[in-house]
Amino acid sequence: MKTKGTKNRFSARVLNEMKLRLPSLSVNEGAARAAVAAFCSQLDPSASDIADIKCAVSEAVTNCIVHAYRDTIGIIYITVRLCEGNLVRIEIKDKGCGIENVEEARQPLYTTDAANERSGMGFTVMESFCDKVRVFSGCKKGTTVTLFKYLKARE
Amino acid sequence: MLKKNCLLQMSEKGDELIISLSGEIDHHSAVRVRNEIDGRIMEMRPARAVIELSMIDFMDSSGLGLIMGRYSKMQAIGGELVLRDPNERLVRIFKLAGLERIVGIEYTSEKESEDEDQRN
Repeated sequence: MKTKGTKNRFSARVLNEMKLRLPSLSVNEGAARAAVAAFCSQLDPSASDIADIKCAVSEAVTNCIVHAYRDTIGIIYITVRLCEGNLVRIEIKDKGCGIENVEEARQPLYTTDAANERSGMGFTVMESFCDKVRVFSGCKKGTTVTLFKYLKARE
Repeated sequence: MLKKNCLLQMSEKGDELIISLSGEIDHHSAVRVRNEIDGRIMEMRPARAVIELSMIDFMDSSGLGLIMGRYSKMQAIGGELVLRDPNERLVRIFKLAGLERIVGIEYTSEKESEDEDQRN
């Protein structure tokens, strides 16, 4: 039986929050991951956890630029929540084309853009470097990717 | 003019092309860098191309695309591609895609090659 308050270990009380909105210019890939990493540094994360977060954020933001807003410039909405229990929740949202088949898109090496040397490893990297990755997508409505990462206690 | 987040330097040593990358490899930098590298590969047609990675501070899956693309390019002209001195983080990303099984990796410093021997 689940005890009260632990029905979902990925929902915890929010201690601090940052919202960012950036146009989908590729130069903002670096800006987005640096800003998120700077905000997360309040929780005194290890270098390895920060590197994981930067990489996962970079993947999600790149997806917005390369796929969601493929032929256009749109806005990328990023919300970072620092939660109780050293949990970081990062939501990366776009209002772009959406993903037709999320399950397929999450498969390693699956890409719709091999011609441009997209490796098809974006979601795999996010999943490997985070504790949970949630994806909601609607055709022509957009996609919301939420990254959940528990920071390891410092030694 | 926006600052470049990834620097590329190339030099020739016999029939070897040394490609040194430093800074951050993401989709933004990979697009620019790949055209410059391919231009040089097609002009020189080296027997071996070495990508030096020791100065890389950040790489995401766009780096995998960049490396696989150059690997294909070298294959197409009958040459070899080698990755030199990637750090542990880079190797971790390579392993997600099984890249280390396709592209050769070499280490110049003795300590790291010893570590590699111990892992094998």
